[in-house]
Amino acid sequence: MSAQRYKWVGTRQNRPDGADKVTGRARFAADFNLPGELVGKVLRSPHAHANIRSIDTTAAARLPGVKAIVTGADFPEQPDQLLPAGEMQVNLRDVTRNIMAKEKALYEGHAVAAVAATTAAVAAEALSLIKVDYEILPHVIDVREAMKDNAPVLHAHMRTEGVKPAPDKPSNIAKRLEFAKGDADAGFAQAEVVIEREFTTEPVHQGYIEPHAALASASEDGQVQLWTTTQGHFQVRGFCCRLLDLETAQLRVTPSEIGGGFGGKTVVYLEPLAIRLSQRAGRPVKMVMSREEVMRASGPTSGGHVKVKLGARKDGSIVAADVTVALQAGAFAGSPVGPSCMCSLACYDIDNIRVVGFDVVSNRPKVAAYRAPGAPISAWAVESVVDMLAQELGIDPIDLRLKNAAKQGTKTHYGASFGVIGLVETLEAAKNSPHYRAPVKPGHARGVAAGFWFNVGADSSAAAQVGEDGTVTIISGNPDIGGSRASLALMAAEELGIDYNKVRPIVADTASIGFNFVTGGSRVTFATGLAVINATRDAISQLKARAAKIWEVDVEGVVWEEGEARPSSTNVGKFEPLSLAKLAASASRTGGPINGHAQLNAQGAGPGFGVHIVDLKVDMDTGIVTIDRYTAVQDVGTAIHPSYVEGQLQGGAVQGIGWALNEEYIYDKQGRLQNPGFLDYRMPVASDLPMIETVLVEVPNPTHPYGVRGVGEVPIIPPMAAIGSAIARATGVRMLDLPMSPPRLSAAIDAATPAMAAE
Amino acid sequence: MSKIHVTTTVNGEPTEFLCNATDTLLDVLRDELRLTGAKEGCGSGDCGACSVIVDDRLTCACLMLGAEAEGRRVLTIEGMAHGDQLHPLQKKFIEMAALQCGVCTPGVLIAAKALLDRNPNPTETEVRFGLAGNLCRCTGYDKIIRAVMDVAADQRETAR
Repeated sequence: MSAQRYKWVGTRQNRPDGADKVTGRARFAADFNLPGELVGKVLRSPHAHANIRSIDTTAAARLPGVKAIVTGADFPEQPDQLLPAGEMQVNLRDVTRNIMAKEKALYEGHAVAAVAATTAAVAAEALSLIKVDYEILPHVIDVREAMKDNAPVLHAHMRTEGVKPAPDKPSNIAKRLEFAKGDADAGFAQAEVVIEREFTTEPVHQGYIEPHAALASASEDGQVQLWTTTQGHFQVRGFCCRLLDLETAQLRVTPSEIGGGFGGKTVVYLEPLAIRLSQRAGRPVKMVMSREEVMRASGPTSGGHVKVKLGARKDGSIVAADVTVALQAGAFAGSPVGPSCMCSLACYDIDNIRVVGFDVVSNRPKVAAYRAPGAPISAWAVESVVDMLAQELGIDPIDLRLKNAAKQGTKTHYGASFGVIGLVETLEAAKNSPHYRAPVKPGHARGVAAGFWFNVGADSSAAAQVGEDGTVTIISGNPDIGGSRASLALMAAEELGIDYNKVRPIVADTASIGFNFVTGGSRVTFATGLAVINATRDAISQLKARAAKIWEVDVEGVVWEEGEARPSSTNVGKFEPLSLAKLAASASRTGGPINGHAQLNAQGAGPGFGVHIVDLKVDMDTGIVTIDRYTAVQDVGTAIHPSYVEGQLQGGAVQGIGWALNEEYIYDKQGRLQNPGFLDYRMPVASDLPMIETVLVEVPNPTHPYGVRGVGEVPIIPPMAAIGSAIARATGVRMLDLPMSPPRLSAAIDAATPAMAAE
Repeated sequence: MSKIHVTTTVNGEPTEFLCNATDTLLDVLRDELRLTGAKEGCGSGDCGACSVIVDDRLTCACLMLGAEAEGRRVLTIEGMAHGDQLHPLQKKFIEMAALQCGVCTPGVLIAAKALLDRNPNPTETEVRFGLAGNLCRCTGYDKIIRAVMDVAADQRETAR
């Protein structure tokens, strides 16, 4: 479809970084080294909650080979001020405490000191010599426990925001929020069917395969260079400068290739420690987290408790909805409860809605963004109840959603009204998909669920530099996490009218291109794409001006077509077209180098909707779920590089499958994580899965020249409820708690069928 | 603590190195020999990002000691292409978009090569189990499995 409209957009070209990534040449963060570098390691709290009375580093400092030691005292106090961290917000006062504990250790794995030494062995020995005097405090892990009046309080200063009158006592509830539309109570009074259930989810980790790693080199004159794996090196610069009292011009951050992030690499952990250690030691410091540290001290996303009540008429129209979402923020305020509340019912046009959210701290690692932060948690609950309604009313689950689907003009409960959106088209495409039209195999069952994500725009900068031979370098500042170099180059080639392989995209460091917000929010192909398009158009306008100068005509008399300047009509004069290569070769004689620039704050990101279909079977004895067939259908606006768009749908769906069936953080009674590794924290492997079929629906986003909508986040939202609904239809048991792992599912099946369990 | 002298073959090249008794093969490859294509994703043999082939056997380099490489033949991702010619698996992975972030890719390619060397005619299930030791968090495996099946089909075609 796109291939007919455009020469390059919509085609499946080889990615520019492909050869480097299949040969091992691509450099990820742990692959960078500097002469004279030291090894940095972190001492972490073994306790879930403890006052730090004192830290004695004298013995460690005496160990030969130890070059620097830092503790919380080495990082200045920060103001009570919110900063954006990816799609979430973090408080600076908390960030400095999360990278290095000050008065308290708030979770097992919380950093309390860091050492730089000549070898890893010396650094490890030094950690063992640091004496921390802890006063162990009662801890709380579970979100509902943490909300109780008698729960151990993490932060004495915390008063619940959004409650009137303002509370005078500290609480673990950082914030209460409420969204309303219409009158929920009046709506339920009209309902003929009401279904209410409570759901839970456990924290899950983003699970990127590349652990956090950073290499810092501080000079005596105050300049610092940093190489790190991040979704946003400009954010890393911003955080480090605030936390270390540096000026942004003094800190140059170069992003490595990034080995997965999914939201989890939008904050800082090691970076400020490596810089401070390097400043103290006067030598470069490299720090790499172990997998165990990644699990204990970075990410994950929230676990949650979600109560959903839906009321409908017998014809299937949903007339009222009441949703309460309580999310774990981890040790510091700031869970994605806002987007969780907002996304919960965004797929539906319902007149009467009340949604209440709670942001709750507990003695777990501070959560980070994870792919559509918060949305999968509320959608798991809401979509499960929508499926129960469909069962109760005897309506096909896609038809029920079509009957209530949000459309252009639908006003959401969070205030926004939708522009051009493609939910109806997506539901219809799901209904007409080969998967949905195929009969369900005997012994199998089918589930369906939908999902919504806003997608974001925000700040981007880009440049298009025309080389002397007419090839073009596209410079942007977003780490390429899943093929975005290819998408950006395709759009630039389309604009320039030259071969895709004549366009080379690079990801520049913080000193080499203007500010770019993180790679996150499904924003890069949309917002940075827009900056690349504008930078390319800037270069084209310069190219046209050079042709006008050569031809001695007005610039209005020049058009740019198929990679060359042409006179706009015969009235302008009869001139041989001037190719990009010719104009580039003569650039210095016509005014100098030709470089296009653009910077913008992109507005009008097109919302994304997806519908997933799953066929599965359940082993009634063991509770093992086998996924037989899976299809992800999504409105992607325009697929710039269809293979990488499909890849987003497939990867997101499989992360959702892991969330649904296996993944969870498991704590012991002391609040210590019991499964901090890939053996016990079980992510999906190839043999767990079938092919993931995709259907790309293209309802172009009218605010983007090529109709781009973000695509990366929606696909993690529907899988849990689609799978839960298929399990309910297979077994008659509606699971309310994630993950639906074999022990939990077999216990639920046994509880529902006591006679079978007794056999 | 004296170092151990090891004589081995890496990617067809006679290679010598010194290592501590506790160094893993992965430590040696990455830190001594500067072959950073193999990645440490977990250090416990669960993710496969450090996959190498030792004497024709697929191995997690993080689970083997450097000293154990004595007299062995080690193949890493850096040795998979022939000169400027990519291995068919490498080429197919690019063409079929079988990678996103690319950090698991070296390990996946090595595991796929080990599989096809042993079984040139694998079923989809055999490919899925052959790669079950390699975690990929980005792709959902779909395009990886298709690429490996495609290379196997191409190779059968060529062999005919």
